[in-house]
Amino acid sequence: MRHEKDIDSLDGAISTPMDRREFLKRTGGGIFILFTLGDSLLEFQERQGRLPSDFNAFLRIAPEGRVSCLTGKIEMGQGVVTSLGQMLADELDVKLESIEMVMGDTDLCPWDMGTFGSLSTRSFGPSLRQAGAEARLVLKELASERLGVPVERLQTEDGMVFDRTNRKLGISYADLSKGKKIEREVTGKAVLKKPSEFRIMGKSVPRRDAPDKVSGAAQYAGDIRVPGMLCASIVRPPAHGAKLVHADTSAAEKIEGVAIVRDGDFIAALHEYPDVAVRAVAEIRATYEREASPLDENSIFDHLLRVAPAPNVVSSRGDLEEGKRASRVVLEHTYLNDYVAHAPVEPHTALVKIEGDKATVWASTQTPFRAKEEVARELGFPADKVRILTPFVGGGFGGKTSNRQVVEAARLAKLSGKPVQVAWSRKEEFFYDTFRPAAVVKIRSGVTEIGKIQLWDYHVYFAGERGAEQFYDVSHHRTTSYGRGWTAGPGTHPFATGAWRAPSNNTNTFARESQIDMMAAAIGRDPVEFRLQNLSHPQLRRVLETTAEKFGWKPQKAPSGRGCGVACGVDAGTYVAMIAEVEANKRSGEVKVKRIGCAQDMGMVVNPEGATVQMEGCIMMGLGYALTERIRFRGGDILDVNFDTYEVPRFSWLPSIETVIIDNMESAPQGGGEPAIVTVGAAIANAVYDAIGVRVFRLPLLPERIREAQKR
Amino acid sequence: MKETIDLTLNGKPVKVTTDSNRMLLWVLRTDLHLTGTKYGCGENYCGACTVLVENEATRSCHVTLKDVRGKNVVTIEGLAKRGSLHPLQKAFADHNALQCGYCTPGMIMTAVSLLHKNPTPTPSEILEGMNDNLCRCAAHNRIVQAIESVSTTSKGGI
Repeated sequence: MRHEKDIDSLDGAISTPMDRREFLKRTGGGIFILFTLGDSLLEFQERQGRLPSDFNAFLRIAPEGRVSCLTGKIEMGQGVVTSLGQMLADELDVKLESIEMVMGDTDLCPWDMGTFGSLSTRSFGPSLRQAGAEARLVLKELASERLGVPVERLQTEDGMVFDRTNRKLGISYADLSKGKKIEREVTGKAVLKKPSEFRIMGKSVPRRDAPDKVSGAAQYAGDIRVPGMLCASIVRPPAHGAKLVHADTSAAEKIEGVAIVRDGDFIAALHEYPDVAVRAVAEIRATYEREASPLDENSIFDHLLRVAPAPNVVSSRGDLEEGKRASRVVLEHTYLNDYVAHAPVEPHTALVKIEGDKATVWASTQTPFRAKEEVARELGFPADKVRILTPFVGGGFGGKTSNRQVVEAARLAKLSGKPVQVAWSRKEEFFYDTFRPAAVVKIRSGVTEIGKIQLWDYHVYFAGERGAEQFYDVSHHRTTSYGRGWTAGPGTHPFATGAWRAPSNNTNTFARESQIDMMAAAIGRDPVEFRLQNLSHPQLRRVLETTAEKFGWKPQKAPSGRGCGVACGVDAGTYVAMIAEVEANKRSGEVKVKRIGCAQDMGMVVNPEGATVQMEGCIMMGLGYALTERIRFRGGDILDVNFDTYEVPRFSWLPSIETVIIDNMESAPQGGGEPAIVTVGAAIANAVYDAIGVRVFRLPLLPERIREAQKR
Repeated sequence: MKETIDLTLNGKPVKVTTDSNRMLLWVLRTDLHLTGTKYGCGENYCGACTVLVENEATRSCHVTLKDVRGKNVVTIEGLAKRGSLHPLQKAFADHNALQCGYCTPGMIMTAVSLLHKNPTPTPSEILEGMNDNLCRCAAHNRIVQAIESVSTTSKGGI
């Protein structure tokens, strides 16, 4: 991935924002392909009222044959810097190495709503391929003129166009684009390659950012240095809702080189060195007025049910009363999950430099274009005077769709007249994180004696609808959602909440798949067989059967004592099944996950190795929300502010992981960065039940909760 | 207290004049422009800031500049020799043992120290040796494979 210093090598030496015409005027020669976004993304953006009227994305073949792909997507570990390049290289018939990704630069890249929702490959990808195919067609037309050979006789390979009847007659893309300035809109006429024709897609290639990331050369927002820059440390309230009454900054001001900036209750220390700025803030004596909030991590659930807004029926079928009458066993249960932090190892960071009427920003963000609007608003600049550059992002998981640190850096740069870096401490990262919301799911379900699910009455509070709809064959069902989803109105949560990897779906899948398991147990059926009996969806059946087979599942009624649990899920268009094997200690409540098997059908796979690594990452990360991760709070104060008490998965937890990606290359690509995390909570909860016969209705499955559940 | 501290950094003698009570992490990142060493938690919990001090994996957020006076300090930038990556750096790249890459320098430095002390660790020794380095993208599986590959191929000769 290229950063600002390299971007200047795009011939234009671009220093001011511009529109498409300006961009084309300033850049040198070459072939430009302007393409539009995929349908689902268009629809999504239309819903947001943010559809750009001009152009969407650029592909440029420079005179020396170098191919630039300019995209508003960012790289935060999910690997699109590689997979998007694979898609383009394959359709264009160039080597992957000749593709240069320019990502998340709001001056150079076309508008993009952000990198989330596992949309990069499934929505942006098809458009990118179309652009590549279109460009190849243009190159063939140019070659036809130059070589005097009809287009039909030409073929492309590794950046060259050849006469297929005389391979000595050929011309390189570099020669074709030299001295030319050709603009094409994607017409949709160019035909995409069939999977059988892929040379680069569908093959595992190493991460293209790996060399820089292992050498220490990869730059993240906090690694950017500009002359005269200062590092900020900001005075923070002790609790959410606390108001500053008084602050004495006199001791801090005495520290050599420290500048104190104050604007109302916004106070910061600035220094050349970040550690000195932090030391200065520690010297500031601030007193606060605190609101007494009765909410904590245990009382929050009753509060949520109390403040729940009117329900929204997501889907329904049949008649619930009839479903109840047809059921032999009716189970009614409530599932809870605590607030969970994103906790990327890189905290939110931004650097803002203001020169005259223009601001340049380097930000750790999943939403550079949103950051641009936010900075413009903060500074009172027109949006086109703000440029956001997105270096590598050190993990996001949804948390970096929120840009508070960017706005803070902009405010301080304006107040101080200097370039300012804001790099949150770990404590600030926990304090201002947009947590995965605490949520409640209530389910009433019924099943017949022979194991047919007849009733499914599902109510989800404040988690959101993603993954809430059940996919089993249930004659009488209704799914109801309360609250807007992962964000909610004022008075709901005592702090900010937001999208956390596969938002909504971890909560919904935990509840649904736990309930399904309990129905199987209630009528003495094996949980895999019971699911298959009630599941006609072919892709889901296939992932479940594949997982069971690879895992070596032997049908048995739970609790069997062996400690195996299953769960199915659908997320971002991808179908997942998972089986976990655990060791659970009834007395201590400790759970150790020994083995996880997972199969997923994600349609076409661009980089199988990259997709597998994402699955493994989902599984391993998922152990955290399943077993330990939760935020405790009292009176607006966040009690878990570092990795000592907020326990994320570590090496000693590593289970044996077996993954299978279903071969489905003929279908459209689906999401890969999130789906496999949704089943982890339920698979483990079900495995714990299978091991020791204890059902826990609240995530994470803390030892004390497992001990407590036995008393009920 | 402002003073001049001598140390060997990535094989070269270096003099740094600053408050010697400052943490090594910030001196490396700001005064010495070596930004490969990362801040993750500031309190010795995550390992993103790990460097080698006399070949021992050391949390640079938790040692002061004066603690490394006269010592041999190696950061991620100092691992490659004559332009070729250290075997562990290469193994991390080859095994997809990273995603966002932010914890990677600390992971590699910890692994270098681990193999220095124990050239042929068992899988459980690797898990134990790496246990206090956190990777939120959860590339653990691949990191273990990368370390195993080096301990096998080099027979400890790194």
